[in-house]
Amino acid sequence: MWKWLHPYAKPEKSYQLAGKFLPWFIVLTVVTFVVGLVWGLLFAPADYQQGDSFRIIYIHVPAAMMAMAAYSTMAIAAFVALVWQIRLAEMNVAAIAPIGAVFTFIALVTGAAWGKPMWGAWWVWDARLTSELILLFVYLGIIALHNAFSDKVLAGRAASILTLVGVINLPIIHYSVVWWNTLHQGATIMKFDKPSMPPEMLWPLVIMIVGFGAFLGVLTLMRFRNEILARESHRPWVTAMVTEKLAGEK
Amino acid sequence: MFNVFWQVVSKELKGAFRRQSDILNPVWFFIIVVTLFPLGIGTDPILLARIAPGIIWVAALLAALLSFERLFKDDFIDGSLEQLMLMPHPLAWLVSAKVFAHWLLTGLPILFVSPLLATFLAMDVNTYFALFLTLLIGTPILSLLGAIGVALTVGLRKGGILLSLIMLPLSIPILIFSTMAIDAAAYGQSYLGLLALLGAMLVTSITLAPFAIAASLRVSVS
Repeated sequence: MWKWLHPYAKPEKSYQLAGKFLPWFIVLTVVTFVVGLVWGLLFAPADYQQGDSFRIIYIHVPAAMMAMAAYSTMAIAAFVALVWQIRLAEMNVAAIAPIGAVFTFIALVTGAAWGKPMWGAWWVWDARLTSELILLFVYLGIIALHNAFSDKVLAGRAASILTLVGVINLPIIHYSVVWWNTLHQGATIMKFDKPSMPPEMLWPLVIMIVGFGAFLGVLTLMRFRNEILARESHRPWVTAMVTEKLAGEK
Repeated sequence: MFNVFWQVVSKELKGAFRRQSDILNPVWFFIIVVTLFPLGIGTDPILLARIAPGIIWVAALLAALLSFERLFKDDFIDGSLEQLMLMPHPLAWLVSAKVFAHWLLTGLPILFVSPLLATFLAMDVNTYFALFLTLLIGTPILSLLGAIGVALTVGLRKGGILLSLIMLPLSIPILIFSTMAIDAAAYGQSYLGLLALLGAMLVTSITLAPFAIAASLRVSVS
């Protein structure tokens, strides 16, 4: 049943497959970003309470969602890497971690920028922002661990273990922060408890979420391909590919 | 099976009692850190009692971090870790023995000195009792989580700071639930639910962490 999957355990095949997917993801990203940003930033109606400053939602929410999605992807790859000992999955973990960290960072910065006009402070200990911050710490720990090993195979395995430990811990962290927040904080953030968005605001958001997902795909594929090339640089197929490229340019 | 568990534990304890400063230093560190806070923010008993749970728990976290290096480092350097992995018993079982011994040597002393610190920070008896219970349940979780971090970093030359980067974010829920339980006790509310949550985390980490530790050791020793 899974036989069609077997060739892709070879780095060469995976590299080519990633190369085939890449242009489609780029096209999807460009289209959704243009449509979503123009619609969201220029044409969607302003919020009756927050005015135009709510429009940062079109960056903030997709970035936050994809930060979580990147971690889930990483956790699945880590599981595959540890259970079936597939090295490409380890490379995938290494490829996604920095992207997830940057998405988390974007979510934090846009959250802070949104918080300034809404709550009057750059940072409030809102539950979602706090757990996003801790997610960033977890990402940075995984990246630091991966960089600390000089042997990249061991690095991938260690990072995979830590990713799986993190994925068990993250829901616990999230709910602990939510409860901590409800006990320690007043009702300053209850402004968000308003009826769901009207469709003309929601559609650009949905498009932007799809766009950020595609963007995550683009970055992951690119870093994944780089990771394969970096680790396989001494293999004949890489040499052959490079010489072919160079010959083509002449 | 249990025989080998106790053999590992008693070997660890014997080794530690021959170098007693290793046990005492983290405890001193814990006491000194807690002492710094009244010196830094003033001696108002109400304020101290209000922030005591946070101070004690953060200090306990930092003290635990200091003691983790010892868990596998010496064994890794002199090769006995490899011998441990060659034993015909499951590695996860052997490392749980080591972690248990480590908790006896670091978690338990913190429990012993906690009444002193509660006095320093003007906690009342009921609140102190909650603090004691959270330390009793929480420090083993810290030991287990920390052991994963140590096992991952033991082969690295500069593992210390990396260990804190890995471990501190993961220990946030323990900090939150423990201090919430102590706060609830301070306000005279029931804190059994929070203790139950901590207990659930303890059970989860006892069952899962040894496998993660064993897998990490296999990565580090190869």
